[in-house]
Amino acid sequence: MIAGFSTTSGRFDWTGFIFAILLAIVIAVPLLVVFTWAFTEVWRYPSVIPQKFGLRFWDQTLSRADVWEALSISLRLSATVTFLSALICLPAAYAFARMKFPGRDLFFLSFLASHAFPKFGLLVAIASIFLQLNLIATFWGVVLIQLVGTLMLMIWIPVAAFQAVDRRMEEAARDVGAGPLRVFWSITLPQAFPTIFAAVLLTFVSTFYETEGAWLIGAPQIRTMPVLMINFINNQVVIQYGAVLSVILWVPSFIALMFARRVIGTGAFAKGFGA
Amino acid sequence: MARLTIDNLRKAFAGTVAVDDFSLDVADGELVCLLGPSGSGKSTVLRMIGGFEQPSSGAIRIDGQDVTRLSPERRPTGMVFQSHALWSHMNVFNNIAFGLKLRRLSRAEIRDKVEHALELVGLAGYGTRQTFQLSGGQQQRVALARSLVLEPKILLLDEPFASLDQHLRERLREEVRDIQQRLGITTLFVTHGQDEALAMADRIVVLRNGQCEQADAPDVVYRNPQTQFVAGFIGQMNFISASVEGGRFLHPDFMLPVNVPDGPAVLAVRPEALDLASAQADQGAIVLRSTDFGSHIMVDLQLRDGTRLKAMTAPDQRWQKRASVHLNVGQFALYRDNHLLTIGQPVGGSEQAPEVEPALSV
Repeated sequence: MIAGFSTTSGRFDWTGFIFAILLAIVIAVPLLVVFTWAFTEVWRYPSVIPQKFGLRFWDQTLSRADVWEALSISLRLSATVTFLSALICLPAAYAFARMKFPGRDLFFLSFLASHAFPKFGLLVAIASIFLQLNLIATFWGVVLIQLVGTLMLMIWIPVAAFQAVDRRMEEAARDVGAGPLRVFWSITLPQAFPTIFAAVLLTFVSTFYETEGAWLIGAPQIRTMPVLMINFINNQVVIQYGAVLSVILWVPSFIALMFARRVIGTGAFAKGFGA
Repeated sequence: MARLTIDNLRKAFAGTVAVDDFSLDVADGELVCLLGPSGSGKSTVLRMIGGFEQPSSGAIRIDGQDVTRLSPERRPTGMVFQSHALWSHMNVFNNIAFGLKLRRLSRAEIRDKVEHALELVGLAGYGTRQTFQLSGGQQQRVALARSLVLEPKILLLDEPFASLDQHLRERLREEVRDIQQRLGITTLFVTHGQDEALAMADRIVVLRNGQCEQADAPDVVYRNPQTQFVAGFIGQMNFISASVEGGRFLHPDFMLPVNVPDGPAVLAVRPEALDLASAQADQGAIVLRSTDFGSHIMVDLQLRDGTRLKAMTAPDQRWQKRASVHLNVGQFALYRDNHLLTIGQPVGGSEQAPEVEPALSV
């Protein structure tokens, strides 16, 4: 009988099983295909598995100077943007979560505004301003444009994190002799840390993959990995280039996720994302 | 060592007054309970003493030193919160050691003090546990140790047992009382449970709507409640409304000679001060229900005007449902507009309490 599968409820959870299968198909199959393509030299139509595996396209991709330069730019950009975003947003998030000041709600909502309009129109408008400021095709121009995109995430998630910290815990710390700064450093921040870390990670990853802003402001001097990948795909109909770059692009986020799991544990991590 | 003086404390939140002209003197080593229903302002008083709320006016002094405007970290008070508020990212040891570290004590000294505090609350050896590995009662003990380890002058407890089950609560309150006695620490304890107040306090302060209704020793509060509210809030109490005319409390079922001015009045009688005697059918009160509690029997009665009463009788007395009974009133109190008019045995009586005449015989 299927009772053997049961853990607590006594019935096999078919709904969960079907969801798991669907998710696996949606997530795992495309990944599998991309991975396979990245290590393929020959793969013609009727065959289910490639005729010839090999690392030829890896050699070709990795020997290109522009790939390495793009990777370096992407990593530096993402790190800079994430750092600046955290520097600006975390204190602001704390203020939103814990302080009352006039116009607080309006100001808070304004962070949504950058995401409430078609992004491309906004980007073009900003680009025309940047043009006058000589920020087009510069590193800091791209940093600025990508920073705008990260603000909402880096405000809204940490605000929720700070609000979720039990006020009594902070009061208890005051009670045993900690000043306001010490309370923030020793109690509030560690309590909110898993969630904030999740926000920082999301910011890093989404900046790494951000394309429109980087392309519109950065081109042609500043070419990030995703921009380079679009070039590759547009110019040469060699699937392997795209696949190899996809796998390379996937590495930083994978490392980030693994790191996150190690640092804060899966439970807290999922909690940070609102699970 | 530590004496707490509160003078004319007042706190208003956006238009509503939470605490109004509250004054209290707590002697060294005394355990005072602030008792009242929710919204009575008792927690606000405690939070003002701890420094978490700023009084609108009034003064708080500890050993004569005015602390009214000091921030919480500068006050010699230690607070235990209802939700225990342990820091979940630290283990038990670090929770207790945090305050000591802020005081820049040496490592060895901190270890000694934390171990001693854990021993005091019966959790020796629990230092390396994470707080979420502890039961509710153990968490509250850690919270207590966290406050006690700093040797505060005044210990503040804000409904510390509210989230615990009845059995644990009773055990923990005995332990807390025991620790408080041993350390001789001046303690303020907020609760809405009257049994907790009666069991622990040297003195009970009953609050209502931000004002002090009565502040006395538990037995005084129980036996001589100064207001109708206190009479009803502490212990079980029967209230019978009627009017006093010509020195007699007149109720259709019920008459009692009293020595107070004429006017409306409320008679308050404890269940244990009501004696029952069988009556002829259709006379006196009717038995609705009788519940056997082992040590005593609680009889629910109804007067003919609908007033419900409870009477406590000896376990060997059995009362049939719907039986008619006469009531003999022992000690009673009489209130008018919440204020006490008189308290005592029925007047004009000899040693034994005179039987209350049924209205029919008047």
